[in-house]
Amino acid sequence: MTTLAEYESHDFDVIVIGAGGAGLRAAIEAHERGLRTALVCKSLLGKAHTVMAEGGVAAAMGNVWAEDNWKVHFRDTMRGGKMLNNWRMAELHAQEAPDRVLELEAWGALFDRTKDGRILQRDFGGHRYARLAHVGDRTGLELIRTLQQRAVSLGIEVFMECKILSLLTDPEGRVSGAVGYWRATGEFVTFTAKAVVVASGGVGKSWKYTSNSWESTGDGHAMALWAGADLIDMEAVQFHPTGMVWPLSVRGILVTEGVRGDGGVLRNSEGQRFMFNYVADMFRAETAETEEEADRWYEDHAGARRPPELLPRDEVARSINAEVKGGRGSPHGGVFLDIASRRSAEYIRRRLPSMYHQFMELAGVDITAEAMEVGPTCHYIMGGVRVDADTGAATVPGLFAAGEVAGGMHGSNRLGGNSLSDLLVFGRRAGAGAADYAEGRTGTVGIADAEVAEVVKAAIEPLTREEGENPYDVQRDLQETMQTLVGIIRTGPELDEALEKLDELRERTHRVAVRGGAVYNPGWNLATDLPAMLTVSRCVTLGARERKESRGGHTRDDFPKADPELGKINFVLSEPAGGGMDGDVKVTPESIPQMPPELAELFEEAS
Amino acid sequence: MPDDVVMAVWRGDPTGGDFEEYQLPAQEGEVVLDVIHRIQASQAPDLACRWNCKAGKCGSCSAEINGRPRLMCMTRMDQLPEGPVTVAPMRTFPIIRDLVTDVAFNFEVAKTVPAFHPAPPPEGGYRMQQVDIERGQEFRKCIECFMCQDVCHVIRDHEENKPAYAGPRFFIRYAELEMHPLDTNDRRELVRQKAGLGLCNITKCCTEVCPEHIKITDNAIIPMKERVVDASYDPVAWLGRKVLGRKKATPAEALDR
Repeated sequence: MTTLAEYESHDFDVIVIGAGGAGLRAAIEAHERGLRTALVCKSLLGKAHTVMAEGGVAAAMGNVWAEDNWKVHFRDTMRGGKMLNNWRMAELHAQEAPDRVLELEAWGALFDRTKDGRILQRDFGGHRYARLAHVGDRTGLELIRTLQQRAVSLGIEVFMECKILSLLTDPEGRVSGAVGYWRATGEFVTFTAKAVVVASGGVGKSWKYTSNSWESTGDGHAMALWAGADLIDMEAVQFHPTGMVWPLSVRGILVTEGVRGDGGVLRNSEGQRFMFNYVADMFRAETAETEEEADRWYEDHAGARRPPELLPRDEVARSINAEVKGGRGSPHGGVFLDIASRRSAEYIRRRLPSMYHQFMELAGVDITAEAMEVGPTCHYIMGGVRVDADTGAATVPGLFAAGEVAGGMHGSNRLGGNSLSDLLVFGRRAGAGAADYAEGRTGTVGIADAEVAEVVKAAIEPLTREEGENPYDVQRDLQETMQTLVGIIRTGPELDEALEKLDELRERTHRVAVRGGAVYNPGWNLATDLPAMLTVSRCVTLGARERKESRGGHTRDDFPKADPELGKINFVLSEPAGGGMDGDVKVTPESIPQMPPELAELFEEAS
Repeated sequence: MPDDVVMAVWRGDPTGGDFEEYQLPAQEGEVVLDVIHRIQASQAPDLACRWNCKAGKCGSCSAEINGRPRLMCMTRMDQLPEGPVTVAPMRTFPIIRDLVTDVAFNFEVAKTVPAFHPAPPPEGGYRMQQVDIERGQEFRKCIECFMCQDVCHVIRDHEENKPAYAGPRFFIRYAELEMHPLDTNDRRELVRQKAGLGLCNITKCCTEVCPEHIKITDNAIIPMKERVVDASYDPVAWLGRKVLGRKKATPAEALDR
């Protein structure tokens, strides 16, 4: 049997897995507390998905509206999450976000300014006041670069392009390290650590249409579950109703609702403006009945009712879903969003300049001349590792989580701008929580040879098979399954079907074969990502099957309304008997912790 | 649109390699990275390349396309001339495999830049005017694709210059800090002595390839050269410093901070 001595090994007090905003902030905190801290990431430093965030960091600083304060931000966040949020996380988040933004400024970030020289804040959906600190439309880049430069200047050790395969536990069940491999060499590497923070981001890569990068394979979600931690609310996935589905070069790019606000309409393959067929009773009184009336509304808000294309996004998404499943979709599985035939080229370019340029530059698609092909696109997961609000501690000792991989903060739906502030607030808290735990940890930090050997063996297997499944084929079929059966609109029978398909895909994953060796081999890298993708997909599907209601990002066509009783429940997922990718996942309903009266009052006042 | 695309991709490792041709059906509206992904999924699952956001925001997928440094995710196939498209790794950095190079040089240089060092905030927090931060914001658009480093002739094919030369990416970093209204470090001597600013002879190749259209030469390198000249060679400024004393930190102090 292989022994640990054969692998490169490192020992730290705290290791942080993932170097997006949350991971960087956690590492900075643990380092500044004086602990030996390492940051491990799958890509180069500074490339994480955080760079994609455009809008801003939500923080009730009151620079633009003096009336804003943390209580209003807290209330907005809870309402946005349909009250499924962990109230304590939402409270801490709202209270601490302003300090975290100012801290970035002191570390060199250059936010856009108000006239009197303070940090400018912009309006965003769901936020009562203008509260997003921003830098044009590249706030995420500013955030990650500032944290990256801070971490580098502090001398934090960074392990780049290092994929972690599994967490390791000691005989007492405490998380004590991790094992992974260098992508550049394929060599395995082990880490021992008194505490581990997972900050690995999202899961979008398991869907066909997603705004997420290849990295978003849910590694942290899956590894935490495999190590014995609970996940919560995994059914809560945020989809955007209109992301581009074609051409390939722009697939996953979100098309702002502004296109519909400025006259864009949705059509099916028969050219029909189908939204008129889907106006629910509760919206009928305020929605136009004819195309003529709808078209009049753009000029005359008082004399006509709103076009059905401007119904709430879940209504729009459900309608698109129904058209595609009814066989009236566009050639690539979406519908047509047409503004070209309805507005002059000059008007479109003036109203939607960045969209016009983006599609022109990336795809040669001229939105002033042709319709776009759009469909529901996976964007963000609200669910994740169940954590203690104050410390980021998972339910397994020694493990901490922050950022998108952690659950609870956003409930069933996340407000725009709240993800960047989430990264900062809970990245810092998880770093501090891990530092406290590491300082207080007693006994030796041991990892078992046998556990490492097992992980390594499973990882190498695809390289040793002569023949088998192409990992890209398995990934494609997984994405197709999740997109069509566990997408934006769900039904019980389809979720059952998805579980059967996931069983088949798991079997196929066991037969994956890759050639070309272990040195920087994307085929092999994908093969080692598949177990996490399958585990996470299963958790989302199981959670979605249990939540027999529609709430926030989770919509059940067979249970179209919110159920007040289920609004008091979190679904907790765990793998009590272990087993990794092959383990049985158990779903347990648990009551949401009760808000203290002083916070509950905030909702009474406002209503 | 032609029926097929032919892409000649450099395949190899540190010991050597060659272009390998792949032929596959053409699809409308593709960028180079889409074709690379289709090659991976259908013909060569082990073809190594870096990519993340696929939207021109992370700077991972830099390569030399038909001999020119470009982001693969931002290069449309229908804008390239007909015939085989060649895709090669960046030449200035050592090969790891196929299109992936070892860009550690850049991360090592980053460690040598003294950190941003503001004075403590006044009561009510820092104040800065938008107009005073716009130059810095331009430089902070940098997505660290390292194509400016790749194309810079001071280090392209001149490995021997790397120890004494930070390169355009870090000249804009120095410029950004130097122009930051709150920073108290003086990096002018450092950028002259350690970062090798003088080696740059402003041919603007870096500016030409920047996917963020940062005016690296005009807005960062030339002003920095002017500041260095002011600091090191201007007799009036020298006398002023002698009489009034230094206000900002020396390079040695800056490094210590």
